[in-house]
Amino acid sequence: MSKIQNAFADGKAFIPFLTCGDPSLDVTEQIVYAMAEAGADLIELGIPFSDPTAEGPVIQSANLRALAGGVTTDKVFDLVRRIRQNTQIPLVFMTYANVVFSYGTERFIKTAAEVGMDGLILPDVPYEEKEEFDPICRRYGLDFISLIAPTSQQRATMIAKEAEGFVYCVSSLGVTGVRKDIKTDVSMMVQLVKQTKEIPCAVGFGISTPEQAAKMASVSDGAIVGSSVMQICAKYGANCVPYVADYVKSMKNAVRNA
Amino acid sequence: MSKGRFGIHGGQYIPEILMNAVIELETAYNHYKNDPAFQAELTDLLNNYAGRPSELYHAARMTRDLGGAKIYLKREDLNHTGSHKINNVLGQVLLAKKMGKTRVIAETGAGQHGVATATVAALMDMECEIFMGREDTERQALNVYRMKLLGAKVHAVESGTATLKDAVSETMREWTNRIADTHYVLGSVMGPHPFPTIVRDFQAVISQEIKSQILQKEGRLPDAVLACVGGGSNAIGAFYHFIEDASVRLIGCEAAGRGIHTFETAATISTGKLGIFHGMKSYFCQDEYGQIAPVYSISAGLDYPGVGPEHANLYDTGRAEYVAITDDEAVNAFEYLSRIEGIIPAIESAHAVAYALKLAPTMPKDKIIVINISGRGDKDCAAIARYRGEDIHE
Repeated sequence: MSKIQNAFADGKAFIPFLTCGDPSLDVTEQIVYAMAEAGADLIELGIPFSDPTAEGPVIQSANLRALAGGVTTDKVFDLVRRIRQNTQIPLVFMTYANVVFSYGTERFIKTAAEVGMDGLILPDVPYEEKEEFDPICRRYGLDFISLIAPTSQQRATMIAKEAEGFVYCVSSLGVTGVRKDIKTDVSMMVQLVKQTKEIPCAVGFGISTPEQAAKMASVSDGAIVGSSVMQICAKYGANCVPYVADYVKSMKNAVRNA
Repeated sequence: MSKGRFGIHGGQYIPEILMNAVIELETAYNHYKNDPAFQAELTDLLNNYAGRPSELYHAARMTRDLGGAKIYLKREDLNHTGSHKINNVLGQVLLAKKMGKTRVIAETGAGQHGVATATVAALMDMECEIFMGREDTERQALNVYRMKLLGAKVHAVESGTATLKDAVSETMREWTNRIADTHYVLGSVMGPHPFPTIVRDFQAVISQEIKSQILQKEGRLPDAVLACVGGGSNAIGAFYHFIEDASVRLIGCEAAGRGIHTFETAATISTGKLGIFHGMKSYFCQDEYGQIAPVYSISAGLDYPGVGPEHANLYDTGRAEYVAITDDEAVNAFEYLSRIEGIIPAIESAHAVAYALKLAPTMPKDKIIVINISGRGDKDCAAIARYRGEDIHE
């Protein structure tokens, strides 16, 4: 069992995402500590990519700002090395296939495991292409996280059967970003997974308010939030850490007993 | 290994949210490609609406002037809407209609694919939205107007470098937003399976015609077929039926921009490396960390950091050759063909003409070259005038 399971031990989980290096890698490091302190159960660290096709405008901009600031995959690995001296909170990378492939898939996964990562999410690698990544992740003890979308239908069973760590349930059509309301029958998606495998299900895409997070967590095992976090980073820049901490605290309180 | 591979290239590197859509598309395509009624309907549209078959024209003055191989021009510029793009669009929109879709979306670079999509959407009464990089909407303002005239909604894409790659990304994002009633009419032999195969099949009519036309005119196959390559749809169309004919050299002409040793280039095979982007494994212009490079070419249609997976494999196996043509060479060829044959080629196609200017004089007179003139150059006149320092109003 990987450390990711621990993320679902303190009530329903709150899983924030942040793009590494926006506004700077030093601030990212401080945000991670503040998030862990504020009750985050697992953190998704985004390695920026020039053309993030699954992201809405907020995270697209965060990616481009981070790259303009000189962030590279190697610098992100160094960041995790520093973080791991101070916190053992479960961490997963979220990035795009080309970032991993161009580094050398095995070299990337091996290094990620060595620096202390627990999992990998690649939104542009569906079930059909995971053979290229998943077995290597297993070899190095990383969970390759599977995603299920509102359009997955009968595919959910096939995906759940081989899922590790947790299942990332995509709440809505479209890309990442804040939404006013979420119309998908998320509980149905979660049930489909649970019928196949007892594995935590966390819901992401479109969640921004504590009310939405509580609603999503009530039918699953946790809520994932990215764009709202990056909006705070964009708004407050280098001074964003306490604002992010407050936000994470309110979100964790909303989901814990949902 | 997943489906839709050309050697190691291709595949389906897309978000889970789109997987059922591409599976549905593949199932429908496999059904209709063997359906005689569908094929008859498509052939009727190609012949009676798009004006196929396109001429294979003997460029006698150009041949004499260069003093080498005999040159033929495949006149895709004479198709309705002015380029080869209509071949694929008629096929895909007809397929989408059969699948019960009521809305089509598409990316466009130079605007030719957007115009073709808007045209066929009008013909088949489909809702249509086109995504075009903001920079390209400025370079190709006339095509933006044409698309609007045809009833399409045109979105200027501001993200990234605001060119073709960003238009593709934005169209993919829009597709994830609305899938049930919408088909993404991908414009080149790229993206996730089954697009590279579907687009190639719909463009293969080009080489099918070249083959029968040249056999009729010359009684033999050509020695070389030249075509420009961005994503590579006109090139794969011009090459496809010659792949098994080992005596025919297949030469793809990439956009070198200001030169392959500068950062302002879009020559993927000359300067790129293996990667995964826009749904496929193939060659891409990228940095050492896999960040996609901001490519450049005077030609909006070739200004793309990747190449279709079948081309990547034709390169790996050595079956096709790929050469890089600079802006300067392409503009010279644009002007050359206009003056010597009275044919204004698209600046994209001018890249293939430019290589013919180098190649033909080195070949004996009994050899034959076919150049695919993938589109007409009216859309480029203002940009070329600017390149030459002349500011004209469109």
